[in-house]
Amino acid sequence: MPLLSLITYAPLVGVLGILALRLSARADESKTVEASKWIAFVTTLATFALSILLVAQFNPNEPGFQFVEETPWFAGLAYRMGVDGISVLFVLLTAFLMPICIAASWKSIEKRVHEYLIAFLILETLVIGVFCALDLVLFYIFFEFGLVPMFLIIGIWGGARRVYAAYKFFLYTLLGSVLMLAAILWMISTAGTSSIPELMAYGFAPEAQLWLWFAFFASFAVKMPMWPVHTWLPDAHVEAPTAGSVILAGILLKMGGYGFLRFSLPMFPQASEYFTPLVFAMSVIAVIYTSLIAFRQTDVKKLIAYSSVAHMGLVTMGIFAGNAAGVQGAIYQMLSHGVISGALFLCVGVIYDRMHTREIAFYGGLVNRMPWYAAIFLLFTMGNVGLPGTSGFVGEILSMTGVYEVSTWTAILAATGVILSAVYMLTLYRRVVFGTLTNPKLETINDLEWREWAIFLPLIISTLYLGVQPNIVFDLTGASVDQLVQVYRAAIGG
Amino acid sequence: MISADLAFAYPELILAIGSLVLLVAGAFAPKQTAAVGGGAVLVLLAAAYAAATRPLGEAFAGGLVADSAAAFAKVAIYLASAIAIPLGQPWFERRGVKTFEFPVLVVLAALGMGMMASSGDLISLYVGVELHSLALYVLAAMHRDNGKASEAGLKYFVLGALSSGLLLYGSSLIYGFAGSTHYADIAAAAGQQANAGLLFGLVFVICGLAFKVSAAPFHMWTPDVYEGAPTPVVAFFAAAPKLAAMVLFARVLGDGFPAAADQWQQVLVAIALMSVAVGAFAGLVQKNLKRLWAYSSIANIGYAVLGLASGTSDGVQAMLVFMVLYMIDVTGFFACLTALSREGKSMETIEDMAGLIKERPALALAMTAFSLSALGLPPFSGFWAKIYVFKAALGAGLWGPAVIGLVGSVVAAFYYLRLIKAMWFDGSAGATDRPPMEAKAIAVAMALFAFPLVLIALTWLDPAAAKAAQAFGLA
Repeated sequence: MPLLSLITYAPLVGVLGILALRLSARADESKTVEASKWIAFVTTLATFALSILLVAQFNPNEPGFQFVEETPWFAGLAYRMGVDGISVLFVLLTAFLMPICIAASWKSIEKRVHEYLIAFLILETLVIGVFCALDLVLFYIFFEFGLVPMFLIIGIWGGARRVYAAYKFFLYTLLGSVLMLAAILWMISTAGTSSIPELMAYGFAPEAQLWLWFAFFASFAVKMPMWPVHTWLPDAHVEAPTAGSVILAGILLKMGGYGFLRFSLPMFPQASEYFTPLVFAMSVIAVIYTSLIAFRQTDVKKLIAYSSVAHMGLVTMGIFAGNAAGVQGAIYQMLSHGVISGALFLCVGVIYDRMHTREIAFYGGLVNRMPWYAAIFLLFTMGNVGLPGTSGFVGEILSMTGVYEVSTWTAILAATGVILSAVYMLTLYRRVVFGTLTNPKLETINDLEWREWAIFLPLIISTLYLGVQPNIVFDLTGASVDQLVQVYRAAIGG
Repeated sequence: MISADLAFAYPELILAIGSLVLLVAGAFAPKQTAAVGGGAVLVLLAAAYAAATRPLGEAFAGGLVADSAAAFAKVAIYLASAIAIPLGQPWFERRGVKTFEFPVLVVLAALGMGMMASSGDLISLYVGVELHSLALYVLAAMHRDNGKASEAGLKYFVLGALSSGLLLYGSSLIYGFAGSTHYADIAAAAGQQANAGLLFGLVFVICGLAFKVSAAPFHMWTPDVYEGAPTPVVAFFAAAPKLAAMVLFARVLGDGFPAAADQWQQVLVAIALMSVAVGAFAGLVQKNLKRLWAYSSIANIGYAVLGLASGTSDGVQAMLVFMVLYMIDVTGFFACLTALSREGKSMETIEDMAGLIKERPALALAMTAFSLSALGLPPFSGFWAKIYVFKAALGAGLWGPAVIGLVGSVVAAFYYLRLIKAMWFDGSAGATDRPPMEAKAIAVAMALFAFPLVLIALTWLDPAAAKAAQAFGLA
């Protein structure tokens, strides 16, 4: 049974269901809204169940690709799918966050609900496809087409400056990816294959690697996003609806890090080593500079968006450290950031749904009216800061250990980012939650309802569990990461 | 042996005789426009069948070449022409222009285009070009009572005549220096020694052909003519004639001047990059969708020329695949515009499309698909078209032009997104009329081809185009 294709295309079944429902009740679309939501929710849950089945059947001791599917297509291309220990984790993360996103949109999306749900389900297919594709062109299709549903999600259901943000998101990412497309085509015509495993073993000439690396870097750096091409992210985050932000921070950004792990390191090892100082420099700037910017924000979502950029700086650093600790740490950091930043955006969504503003100054003293909310928000704030016991800590400490082995100064400078993240996150928390409740509009605000509890519960559990039991992840990724690092080390002769 | 020659000219004969019969029939029964239209579609389908199945060979002392490339191009051209008739005829009739000439002119244009694709010497080149151009001039001005359409027809005619003049002048130079009109003899003459006279002539011919495909810097007529001409007519002449002219381009360069590839490659790269730049930047300020798509077509022709500029068999294959996929896109897009109207008036500006997704979801989705496809976004057909071109260009070492071309597509992305934004994000600009069945059906069918049918179609388009590309004298 082609399990990977099943997981990838399962959300499309939901799309067909919603379409059929919508067309059958042509006149009165409001009647089918509730049923459509349930269809979308059940579909994403089923996809999650399938992905758990995938992880259960996955053999963690085997470093190569598993569940491989291959069907020849035309002009030497083929439909190739497969997962290794790294990508299977991202498939799981995607499938985990999607039902949460649907549930989070249950009340907050009021117009054009059918289209919204369809866009999310298509997006899920594309993101899972990115992580499963083993053919360069197939990868590019999933990677690039993901722009369209996200463009629509930001542009239709976003905030006041949604159109500007949607354009910026689309054009920035497109510019990065066309350079990658040029590199992909050059690789295919030079190596004569588009299969990712074969290209990993091909060994491009070191001079060519520099250009190829740079072209891929242009795409992934924008996606990640790295300083100085990060400026689309705060706009996109601020304008996107809550669930859109969750997907953006939780999954779409991870495509950049995944790209570095899947392409840059294994296919262009010499170039990766050559450019490591550049990446380190950009990452350090990202960590410090965007942390400082985050501190100055007046909009909650923007603050969290800049904090995402800072955290991604640690990820790129860990990846290009090129040792097991760095890479494991980076993967862990991506996983944990996917959960925690998603949860933080949901926390913002809770108060935004009630008050329709994201101004920090508007709030204050929420703890008096919303004690449970305050507790949950505190947990994720601490997770974002990297408090031991939460998942954020494991990723940070590991990736910095990895970087320390390669470049002491980079690690020391990056460590200031941890302090800075505490500064801006705790300030945010204090201003929103603590203090006395002075704004009269807040006097009627209510604590979490059961639907919100249901959304937060899986996130709380995974943050804490991943914080104390990181081995469940390392067992899964260990073999693949070890092989990646060994091949990389062997290629650069270290 | 004339009778043996005729066996290779079956498609042309079918079209020539068919068009004359239809003309006579129309003259005797001018009210039976639908019957003439149906007859024209049948004639075109029969010609496409003949082109696909007839044996390959040369006729009329090499003047007419019926090789795999000609067969490939002709099938595409005739089918595209056949679509133009059901798209255009009801449109004209709804506007009170009840003429049977429309289908006859389309058939004549198809005859000319087929001759261009089959051209084996400079004489058939010119005859083919003129035959299809004259038919197109009349088609552009077909909506007689409309001032803009008449203006478009006249503009098209004057500038087209100028380009024909350039073409003829170049041809006569080539003939003078090579001593033959036949491409193979020209190739032999050009291969012996570097001949400035021949190259001079070649440059004129390239200019003339660049006019016909509307590549920069010979693109000026395109936006005006697209804007003024009746929309279904634009759907026709934005598609098939471009393919015919591109194949003719490949014939002249590949069969006539294979040894001078280094020289014409530079010219074509310059034309291609100029077209991409003009198409991308000038399109940014357009508000009228027909003008916008004119610039989009200039940019896209730039990509097709880039494929040809590779100067390899791969490059020609890329150009052929590109043009076929592009034809389907552009026909589909103009079919959407044909289908849409608000209170009897055509919807031609971006603002007119505001909120279309709520009003006409099927057509808005189709237009979104065509926009994304023209933008080159996977998995739509335009993406595959570009993949072929850029792969061929990179394979020929043209990595600089390829990267510039790709960056140009990002600039152009902005105006495609503006259309999508208007349709999806903006509030409705009011109710639209019920779209006519035939235009809507054609638009939806083309959109389904753009995705997902293209994924299947490529599995046979790829080998067919590869086989066609081998017919040219390029490595």
